[in-house]
Amino acid sequence: MIAFLRRHWLAILSHVALIAVWWLFVALGDVPKYIMPSPVETIASLGQANYDWVNNTLVTGAEVFGGYALGVVVGVGLALIFSWSATLNAAFMPLLVSLNMIPKVALGPLFIVWFSYGIGSNILIVFSLCFLPILLTTARGLKEVEPELIDLVRALRGSRWQIFTKIQLPGALPYVFAGMKVGAILAVAGAIVGEFIASDRGLGYLMLQVQVTLDTAAMFMSVLLITLVGVVLYALVLWLERSLIVQDARVR
Amino acid sequence: MTADTPVPFIRLDGVRKEYQTRGETFLAVSDVTLDIQEGALVSLVGPSGCGKTTVLKILAGLHAADGGKVEIGGEAGAYDTARDTGMVFQQALLLKWRRILDNVLLPAEILGLPRRAARERARDLLNMVGLDGCEDKYPYELSGGMQQRAAIARALIHDPRLILMDEPFGALDALTREKMNLELLRIWSESRKTIVLVTHSIQEAVFLATHCAVLTAGPARMAASFPIDLPSPRTLDMKTHEAFGDYTRRIYRLLGMD
Ligand SMILES: Nc1ncnc2c1ncn2[C@@H]1O[C@H](COP(=O)(O)OP(=O)(O)O)[C@@H](O)[C@H]1O
Ligand SMILES: [Mg+2]
Repeated sequence: MIAFLRRHWLAILSHVALIAVWWLFVALGDVPKYIMPSPVETIASLGQANYDWVNNTLVTGAEVFGGYALGVVVGVGLALIFSWSATLNAAFMPLLVSLNMIPKVALGPLFIVWFSYGIGSNILIVFSLCFLPILLTTARGLKEVEPELIDLVRALRGSRWQIFTKIQLPGALPYVFAGMKVGAILAVAGAIVGEFIASDRGLGYLMLQVQVTLDTAAMFMSVLLITLVGVVLYALVLWLERSLIVQDARVR
Repeated sequence: MTADTPVPFIRLDGVRKEYQTRGETFLAVSDVTLDIQEGALVSLVGPSGCGKTTVLKILAGLHAADGGKVEIGGEAGAYDTARDTGMVFQQALLLKWRRILDNVLLPAEILGLPRRAARERARDLLNMVGLDGCEDKYPYELSGGMQQRAAIARALIHDPRLILMDEPFGALDALTREKMNLELLRIWSESRKTIVLVTHSIQEAVFLATHCAVLTAGPARMAASFPIDLPSPRTLDMKTHEAFGDYTRRIYRLLGMD
């Protein structure tokens, strides 16, 4: 703990300073609560049981984590398949790049028409936002192998599978994680947009409800909790990266 | 060659290689003829792009020749390209995520050699190339020269009969390079392998080799092939000997650089 503080004190300081500035701004500027609540008022809004904080956070969290997990599995899986088949790659990679141009949030209303609103269609929105960056970076990583290294294995009559498991996949892991980090941020945005479009649960839904009553403190609290969901996801990805990848092999 | 010379370990006879690129045929090697005796250290020099790497790839069994004959094995026969060839490139190409020992073990894993024995051999080889104590380090913790030593150990792990080296010291600074030259001579004399070494350094081509093959500008043909009769073991002061200078001048002339 002491070591942690010593190492990160500057970062901690800047975070605390931001909260202090927020507090001072509200207190000294005499800003009305419905424009900007103070940190204390924001925290206090957690006391309102009818907002069902725990459940709404869990719903949003489930959408984020569910859609994200699906995105990682499908993104990495498709990249592997494309790296195996030049034909599939030639046929579908350009298509996916084109599809990537579609603003995915614009698909939200369609998903809701097709699958009605709820956790399921929000998971789909999250998935559609985050799987392509993961797929594209993984595909790039799998391609980024020194040709001589492949020669080395082929000269030893190594199989395709050996090239893949011993060289390509571990070599691509830093790219996979670079994509997963981008995907993690998009995933959180996707869940909230989905809830904004149509929903009856979740932090995005709650925000729209409290907006009507001008309970700005609860809106602030919702944003904080959404951020918390994102931080937890991001931290999980970082932890996984740290435990799987040798320090120097990471893409920075 | 007289009739009583033994069957050479490697015999390249009129070797020709074409690459197909987008429907077009590109002649990379037109006519390479070369005999290599077992235990020799042959340097292969030639202008950039003339087809040296292509010749090594043919020797490694990565490409089939499109013409001519490639015979490896000599009198002992039964040469298995996969088991009997080791390769070293200009870049060490160590796997960043593997410790040095596990990097050295890569060929053994691919060939499915018994693990215990391979690990023991890997340790011995790391000692031989002067990397004792580096078994558990990662490549980034090693200097360029040390990485290349590890790459040499990796090329030796499956005890191949032939080592192919493609400009192995080309990425090293001049001092490290000289040091690695001496190291290579030591490793070669300890391991008694046949080595074919592509180099851009004419000094290196003379200093290291028992035999030198000079190729013409691409598509490669033989410009000349001759033994290097310098005393062995080689020492750095030989570089100032007259014979050494004669050999380098001869190669410069063959490359049209005099
Ligand atoms: N896979 C390939 N496909 C097409 N052309 C190639 C290929 N590999 C090498 N070449 C060409 O063949 C020639 C000889 O290449 P290489 O053997 O690498 O030369 P060197 O090693 O002597 O510099 C060069 O002109 C190069 O561009
Ligand atoms: Mg070359």
